[in-house]
Amino acid sequence: MKDSVEPYVTADGRTIGDRMMEMRNITLRFGGVVAIKDISFDIREGEIRAIIGPNGAGKSSMLNVISGFYHPQEGEVWFRGEKRPAMKPYQVAQQGVARTFQNIALFNGMSVLDNVMTGRLRQMKTGLWSQMIWKGPAEREEVENREAVEKIIDFLEIQAIRKTPVGRLPYGLKKRVELARALAAEPDLLLLDEPMAGMNVEEKEDMSRFILDVNDEFGTTIALIEHDMGVVMDLSDRVVVMDYGRKIGDGTPDEVRNNPDVIDAYLGVDHD
Amino acid sequence: MLYREAGDFKTSYVDDSQTFPIAFDRYRYWAVLAVAFLVIPFVIDDYWANAVFVPFLIYAIAAIGLNILVGYCGQVSLGTGGFMAVGAYACYKLMTAFPDVSIVIHVVLAGGITAAVGALFGLPSLRIKGFYLAVATLAAQFFLVWLFNKVSWFYNYSASGQISAPERSVLGIAVTGAQVAPWAQYMICLVFCTISAIIARNLTRGSTGRKWMAIRDMDIAAEIIGVNPLRAKLSAFAVSSFFVGISGALFFAVYLGAVEVGEAFGIQKSFLVLFMIIIGGLGSIFGSFAGAAFMVLLPVALKVVGVDWLGFPTDTVAHFQLVIVGALIMIFLIAEPHGLAQLWRLAKEKLRLWPFPY
Repeated sequence: MKDSVEPYVTADGRTIGDRMMEMRNITLRFGGVVAIKDISFDIREGEIRAIIGPNGAGKSSMLNVISGFYHPQEGEVWFRGEKRPAMKPYQVAQQGVARTFQNIALFNGMSVLDNVMTGRLRQMKTGLWSQMIWKGPAEREEVENREAVEKIIDFLEIQAIRKTPVGRLPYGLKKRVELARALAAEPDLLLLDEPMAGMNVEEKEDMSRFILDVNDEFGTTIALIEHDMGVVMDLSDRVVVMDYGRKIGDGTPDEVRNNPDVIDAYLGVDHD
Repeated sequence: MLYREAGDFKTSYVDDSQTFPIAFDRYRYWAVLAVAFLVIPFVIDDYWANAVFVPFLIYAIAAIGLNILVGYCGQVSLGTGGFMAVGAYACYKLMTAFPDVSIVIHVVLAGGITAAVGALFGLPSLRIKGFYLAVATLAAQFFLVWLFNKVSWFYNYSASGQISAPERSVLGIAVTGAQVAPWAQYMICLVFCTISAIIARNLTRGSTGRKWMAIRDMDIAAEIIGVNPLRAKLSAFAVSSFFVGISGALFFAVYLGAVEVGEAFGIQKSFLVLFMIIIGGLGSIFGSFAGAAFMVLLPVALKVVGVDWLGFPTDTVAHFQLVIVGALIMIFLIAEPHGLAQLWRLAKEKLRLWPFPY
């Protein structure tokens, strides 16, 4: 399903057209607290879309709405030109939305390889019976998916640690393994929740490179939350700015940078 | 020089993900199987069968089953005894209702029935976890034992309230009843145990096992990357109960012959199997065997040392046995909380570099 809108051209000359996902008037409340207040924006096929804002602005809640973990009280989520019914997170994942987490959520008891293979559940369909027998369909499927996973492992340069239990890895590598797990699903839409939090400059550069490469080579649409403004402005094609659950800005990095509301939210405003 | 991977290159993903990637391990595995199938049946006597091998194999099946649930899927269960009782009573009802059908089919069907019951009692796991789930499964334990005591249909209205296994044979050889030969008891348990272990290994190495482990390690993340928690948890309960049911059926039909439910399948049995997998190692098939061996052999070994070698009176040794087993479990958990399987893994790591680790 295509949802065509007026295309725009990014800073590096790509033309971005159809809508992949659209949030329409989303309001999310936790009891009396309004986490997201009447927000609308869209994510287009092939773009890198950033969501920024000060702490507590509702960015992660927004990502959780997209990935089906929270269900907004008001508003609609449209995916590929169709209104998405209330879905469980695993159903959203099966539609091709993968994500990483702010606090690393890897499976600590499993090896890197198993973690990344878990990302491919969407592609692995053999039932319990054939897995009991193993020889035959189950083994064939395992090998096919292993090949796909090895490509991702290769792409993210984590070959050397593929048999290491994830719990033993340093922080930066864990972030990378988490990206590998999300990529293994071959998602159409990849959600990254602070992919560069707590990293040093080199790790940030590596991660930025990987994000751009993923977008470039696999054509994956990416929505990311990030606090490092330099990174956001360099990476993203369009930016949504949130503050106290409201949307205060939306547009290309340059537009957002010069938006007075955004400057007020980040630098504070003189109330005299 | 034996335990090396150098020069043993894997050229396919099938080779790379096999159960025993190191050649020496593979040979050892086949050697163990060969001894178990070709040597032990010919030398086994009544004492070894009843005191060591048959209970070891049956408990190993139960431990594999519980390990799938607790070790792989992270759902704590204290209902093992109850589920073993389901297997035993299902097997008994099937054996008496359809005397012409092979007992092998009865045992497998008993496993299937237990799987259904297990999945039913697994439903609370969708809402609660940890200690609370343990309490819910504890309810299953007491309810099932009570049920089999209360409803006389389950024990065919026998006056004693016991069930006793009628004589049945496989390929013309008696495996249950009074006339059974030790090696026949041993062989049927060995076959079931081997197949159970292979099935468990196959399930845990593939995508099903990864779903279970994902739920165990971080259930919210698992759901967000596409694991259906309902299916994963219930399948773990069903598969686990399947093995536990088989072990219960064998425990009743082949090992004990006659069973009184509160005595044979009480809460102590649940704890015994839980201790086995904790001592053996959670999340490891080998650990299930190691734990079962430890818990079965320890009392036997203590008795041999205490009564036969040191000449203590039997009752003193029996009392000391409780103290020593308890103390050993505690020492063990403090020294190596990840169980015998972890010790074994460490030994293998060391062995790969031995004798020149640097």
